[in-house]
Formats: sequence, structure tokens, C-alpha cells
Amino acid sequence: MPKVAVIGVGQSAFVRAYPGSIRELAFEAYREAMHDAGIKAEQIDASVVCSAPEYDKQRTPAGLMAEYLGLNPQPTFYVESVCSSSSSGLRTAYALIASGLHDVVMVLGFQKMSEISSAESQERMGRGADIQWEAPFGTMMPAYYALHARGHFEKYGTTEEDLALIRLKSSTYGLINEKAVFRKELSLEKILEPKFIATPLKVFDCCANADGSSCLILASEEKAKDLCRKPVWIKGLGMATAPINMAGRDSFSGLKCAQLAAKRAYDMAGITPQDVDVAEVHDCFTIAEMMAYEDLGFAEPGQGPQLIRSKETYKEGKIPVNVDGGLLSKGHPIGATGGSQIRTIVLQLRGDAGPMQVPEAKIGLVHNIGGVGIYGNVSVFGTE
Amino acid sequence: MEIPKKPVPIVNDWARPFWDAAKEQRLVIQKCKDCEKHIFYPRIACPHCSSDNVEWVDASGKGTVYSYTVVESNSPSAFLKDIPYVVAVVRLEEGVQMLSNVVGCEPGEVRCDMPVEVTFEKLDDEFTLPKFKPATR
Repeated sequence: MPKVAVIGVGQSAFVRAYPGSIRELAFEAYREAMHDAGIKAEQIDASVVCSAPEYDKQRTPAGLMAEYLGLNPQPTFYVESVCSSSSSGLRTAYALIASGLHDVVMVLGFQKMSEISSAESQERMGRGADIQWEAPFGTMMPAYYALHARGHFEKYGTTEEDLALIRLKSSTYGLINEKAVFRKELSLEKILEPKFIATPLKVFDCCANADGSSCLILASEEKAKDLCRKPVWIKGLGMATAPINMAGRDSFSGLKCAQLAAKRAYDMAGITPQDVDVAEVHDCFTIAEMMAYEDLGFAEPGQGPQLIRSKETYKEGKIPVNVDGGLLSKGHPIGATGGSQIRTIVLQLRGDAGPMQVPEAKIGLVHNIGGVGIYGNVSVFGTE
Repeated sequence: MEIPKKPVPIVNDWARPFWDAAKEQRLVIQKCKDCEKHIFYPRIACPHCSSDNVEWVDASGKGTVYSYTVVESNSPSAFLKDIPYVVAVVRLEEGVQMLSNVVGCEPGEVRCDMPVEVTFEKLDDEFTLPKFKPATR
């Protein structure tokens, strides 16, 4: 397989309500990525634009972005897998380059969740699950993940305190990430206040909506070596899917799509979970990070709680996870999230992650989930 | 703010027998006459063997709670007045699962593996939803 590198990354600040439109919002990440890569618009052969369409007022945003960012007349198109859209965009861009069709491809992710009211956003988010057979029973995203939290608690004896420890870690790192939406110090007592959304998940077990954008520039091996001093290579890409309807789930203590995506990514990269130096996982809820520890093989099934209790997923631990604050603190602007996770890992592998830097990071991993475990994307990156 | 109406089931020719039966307080599911597996949710053909030789059968209505959650806030706005309510995945005796609500007890009393049986709640003149309540021995 031909080698493909990430040669530029960018991200807007993730904020509660961005004052501009999706055009300016996208431009913020684009400008940073282009500056990072040191290239001009005419050097981009094609672009892949990613968001979750239910939040957008604008139809067919890829065409808009190509025009606004000055990428006409090059090809562009839209890729969607809800919360993992920009990881699916990465996969698409990789294929475009590995096939030899294009040499330099941009992956742009964005979401302006404040485009519509919070209540409307909640209703639309629910449409990312089965609207025909489940919505009539009052389902919503936190309830779906709560079913999995209950499953994990029941099977392994996991507790609300274990989940709170994950949020505590997240807030520690949110504080030092200047692009995070949630930058407040949280105490364990505050996190454990019994303000339930859907039991056993409480307010602080849930990530916040945010507006934001992310941008990645990918290049073929030849172009990467020509254009970039420190390319970060895509070593493994795993993607898998699982039933959207809970009728099709035989386990509520992990996500099948993540387990399979991880295996595929590790196989392609030729590594094991123990080889990963730093990881970004999809912690839309605390339970999602707990399941990720086990689904990715950082811990045996049921041993996730031990990993956070012993602080092994902190920056100084054996497998640092979400040391940029994760979705819980950094924010979760649906279509931009995967690209932002990838940006963090690229910065880590280059040694450019500032106060969040994990020393000597050579192999990084991104776990990005769409919907309630419908789409699983796991991507492995390396310095060589 | 005007409270939106609750989402109603989406009905087509393949789903209609399920909702017609529910209106008569009967829980029906599909069964494949070729591979003999039960099917939920209703399909145009068997998801196991692709046969379209599927029939509707009466389900026992009995099952157990596989997983559950009590929704206490931030529900879809049409459900705010129902808070707290239980969303659960129920495993029917026939081996299929369905997502529904557990009613007829305090939300705090619901547990995993709890035996439940079907009960019916009228949504409007057109639709009745199959829900579950603690099993009577």
C-alpha cells in the first residue's frame, strides 16, 4: 500500500456559539492547516467536506466550502457518518491518494450546532438513531449511552465514581487546552452531584455541544517528503459498523464496531495495543471512554475501571488518553470532532503539543464513533 | 414554547400488521418459515436468510429487562411531562429484543433481568404502543 501522510493540521477554537456563519468557522481551521502545511490553495488537488447534515441550514456544504476557501475548480464532495464524519473523511482522502487519483487532499470538518436552537438540536440528534422503531419511546443520545453504562455496571461492577474519575481527568486537561470550550476545574464532589440526565449518567458525564471546525492536509509520500519537514504517516485505518437499532445489539458493555475497527487498524499497522504511546478516544459520554479502553485493548474487558483508578490514562501513565480534554471538555462539534482528534495526535507525534505533550510519542491512535456505535473508525498514526 | 407532538410510528405495508395488532392489544412479531428464526423489528424479508417467506406470529409478551435507564432530564421536549420515565431493552422469550418503556412501577424499581410482560398504552386514536410492566406471577 502506498504511504500517505498528514502534512498540515488546523482547528478553530471550540466555542458555545460561534458568531459567524459556517463559512468563517470553516476558514479558521483551514487557515491554520494551510499555514501549518505551508502550501497555497492551488496546491490542493481535491477536498472532502464533513459534517452532520441535520444541524446545517446550508444544503450541499462541500460546494460552498470549495468556493469560500478558494478551492474551485478542484473536485470536492461530502462525507457523512455523524460524529465520526471527519474520520470517514480521512479514510476517503487516504483512498483518493493511495489510488493515485490525487496527490494532496484536504479533509475539512465543521459543525455549527448553535445554527439551530438547543431543543431543536436535541430532536435532530435523536434522528441519528432508529426513528421508526425507537423514537416513539422517548429515546435520546444520553439514554442510549446510559443503556450501555448500565450494561457495563451490571456485567463488571463499574460504578458512578469510576465514570466520575474519567471526567475529572478530562477537566484537568481541558484547563490547559486553550481551544477547549469547557475550561473549569471540577472536583469529584461536583461531578458526583446527583443531577441525572439518564441514569446512571449525570450532567458531567455528558459532553457539551459546541461550534467548531477542523482541517487536515494529506499528501502522497513523494509530495509529503517534498513539502513537509515532519510528516506524520497514516499507519492503519480500521472502520466497522454495527446495528443502529438496539434490537440488534447482543452486548451493552462495549461497542462491537469499535472492537472490530481497532482490530482492523492494528492489523494494517502491524502493531498491538501495547505499542500505542498516546490516544484520542470518543468520550461523548464518560462511559464511552470507559468502553473505549476495553474495546481498543488498552485494558481487558471489565478492567477499564482499574485503568482510570490507577491513573494509567493520565499523561504520565502507561497509555495517556485524551490529554487534550477530549470531547467532554474540548467540546464535540459533530463533524469537526474526528479531525480535531487527529490534529491532537499529529501534534503529539511531532512533539508540538505544548503543555499536553506526551514525551517520546511515536505511535498515536484515534478512536472516533458515529451515532451510538453505528460507525466505528480507528486510525493509527506514526512518525515513520 | 409550543410543545411538539410525540413522534408517531412510521407505518408502511410491512409495519402495519404490528401496529394494527398493538391497537388490539396484541404483540406480534415476524417469524421466518424457512429458517424458523423470530424477527424484530419487522422486515420486508428475513434478515438471517433473506427469505421473504415470513409470517406474523403472536409473541408471548413475556421477557426480561436486558438494560435500562431512567430519563430524568433533557428528554426530547415532547416527553418532558413524562419525566422520570424508563427506556429499556427487553429480551422477549422468543429470543428477540425490542426497545420500549417499562411502566406500572416506580422507575427506581426497575432492574436488569427483571421479568416483565407486555402492556399497551394508547398514544392517540390511531396508535397504541406496546410497553412492559413487572410480570405478574
